[in-house]
Amino acid sequence: MSAPARNDTAGAARDVGAAIAAKPMRARSVARRRLVDRLVTGSAWAAASLGVFIMGWIVVTVVVRGAGAINWAFFTELPPGPGGEGGGLANCIVGTLVITGVAAAMGIPVGFFGAVYLAEFGRTGRVATAIRTITNVVLGVPSIIAGMFAFAILVRPLQHYSGFAGSFALAFIMLPVMTRTAEDVLNLVPNDLREAALAIGAPRWRATLGVVVRSARGGLITGTILAVVRVSGETAPLLFTALSSPYWMDSLFGSGGFFGGPTANLTKTVYDYATSPYGNWQNLAWGGALLIIVAVLGMNVLARLLFQRGKEWH
Amino acid sequence: MSTLEWEARLGPEGRRGAAKAAPRRTHSRLTDPLFRWFVTACGAAVAVAMVALSAVLIASSWRAITTLGLEPLRTIPWSPTGGEYGALTSLFGTFVTTVIAMVIAVPLALAIALLLVEVVHPALGRVVGTTIEMLAAIPSIIFGMWGIFVIVPLMQQYVQPWIQATPLGRLGLFSGPPLGIGVFTAGVVLALMVLPFITAVSRDVLKMVPTVVKEAGYGMGSTTFEVMSKISARYALTGIAGAVFLGLGRALGETMAVTFLIGSDFNTLPRSLFDPGTSISSTLANTFNEATDPLHVSALVELGLILFLITMVFQLVAQLWLARARRMSGTRA
Repeated sequence: MSAPARNDTAGAARDVGAAIAAKPMRARSVARRRLVDRLVTGSAWAAASLGVFIMGWIVVTVVVRGAGAINWAFFTELPPGPGGEGGGLANCIVGTLVITGVAAAMGIPVGFFGAVYLAEFGRTGRVATAIRTITNVVLGVPSIIAGMFAFAILVRPLQHYSGFAGSFALAFIMLPVMTRTAEDVLNLVPNDLREAALAIGAPRWRATLGVVVRSARGGLITGTILAVVRVSGETAPLLFTALSSPYWMDSLFGSGGFFGGPTANLTKTVYDYATSPYGNWQNLAWGGALLIIVAVLGMNVLARLLFQRGKEWH
Repeated sequence: MSTLEWEARLGPEGRRGAAKAAPRRTHSRLTDPLFRWFVTACGAAVAVAMVALSAVLIASSWRAITTLGLEPLRTIPWSPTGGEYGALTSLFGTFVTTVIAMVIAVPLALAIALLLVEVVHPALGRVVGTTIEMLAAIPSIIFGMWGIFVIVPLMQQYVQPWIQATPLGRLGLFSGPPLGIGVFTAGVVLALMVLPFITAVSRDVLKMVPTVVKEAGYGMGSTTFEVMSKISARYALTGIAGAVFLGLGRALGETMAVTFLIGSDFNTLPRSLFDPGTSISSTLANTFNEATDPLHVSALVELGLILFLITMVFQLVAQLWLARARRMSGTRA
């Protein structure tokens, strides 16, 4: 056994000693101690089963209620009017893809290069520590506050709701997620690689982008997917920004456009329809919920698989 | 050795190589600081966004802060048409739903973390752990829909009448008609939503407890629970506190599920846990778009500002304690 390990054992013995010394020793019957242990372990099993059961219950509920709404029209037609029959959420699906895509285009690169700063240049410096703390705080900002922020700077001054304001709110939520996961991944890259790259005369930027980032590729893709997943089901940030619309996005800057007016999206529409009194709308809402849950869980599984593979390469 | 000396030694062949290399060095002298400046700017973007968010929230709620003063923190009715802006109902709802959620979620999360770290075979632990982490990926709106269509009828028909029939029902906390929706149901669903966060973080914290320490405990004949409660818990206490605060911060700001379930009563303080109420986030979600009067909008933003400040405090405390836990166990953040 190596020296530090032995030191550890000594420290451990001291800690256990302290733990025991903290309370005067008292004889307890073995049977009772074993019973308490069984009870606690048993309830731990019950708690874990409950967690798994709830997960299954939610997924099954959404699949059972949503499956009936999924058909060709669901993906190709506009939503029906109040009380109307049939129809689909085609415009909402497109809208969600556009809003999320634009949000990713804004949030992911900034978050990624921010992580490059923290992992490659900032490290343990005071500025980096401050940025890291702020990143964690932004990570905990309620998503509805992000929506309010976008409302205050993009909706109220311009006097109209817009899909872009929704994208901005989502980008704000994505940014810290991307920074945190990307920094963790970049920290996994061994220093030897950085040194080797600099030793053969590569400038810092090439060593970073060509060697460090390249070798962390798998993890970075995982981080990107997780950042997108994080906002895919978000509704609250869109309430005051993208709102929703029963129509197609027909232009960029016109009143039916991404920058010019309310933009159809899945989550807000699902919220509106689920709280409506019309059976067909509620049905469509469950279909939308099924689509959201399949996308979110699917991307999550994909991210995990990629990360597992990435770890095997190292 | 300077570049010129190298050139002199290498002769014409080498000079050609050096000539090729030389521009690249001046190139990197320009691009490296540029690159560094660029990534630093991206890193600072999050701080800029944070400052902008705070400034915008304060500026937009300034009218309410100056006109209403501390009045919202002392009054109950929220009736913008009558010029009444009592924030107590919202604050109370946020506070009570969060407390209910934590009372349910913390013991469950710690029990699951104990199971994952100490009891179960690692392979099964990974499956169970991943499944529970997936719960965190389920969007708030789906929790809300599941809550209102599945849980609320169950609550109304079975759980709430049953609680009222037990001795607990006489406490007065659970009086009133069993509506299904209300503060209690919102808190229960909220508990399921924060459960995976607290579980994941406390599992990671418990994993940081050195194996030798636990083995020393087992070696002395301790049971699993004794090792957990007397050794691991001591090591991991600050970290577990951090995990709890992280979950708390999430619960405070959760919007959609609570909005579905809490019942949206903006004017009366719930007298029992089964009564409908409102929380800060659901007041915002329900009324922000309808607000036209500038004072009304401003008062709503002030509610948002209060929520933002509360979650920020909890987030900072959580960070502080988690950082301390990591320092104690000697792993880098």
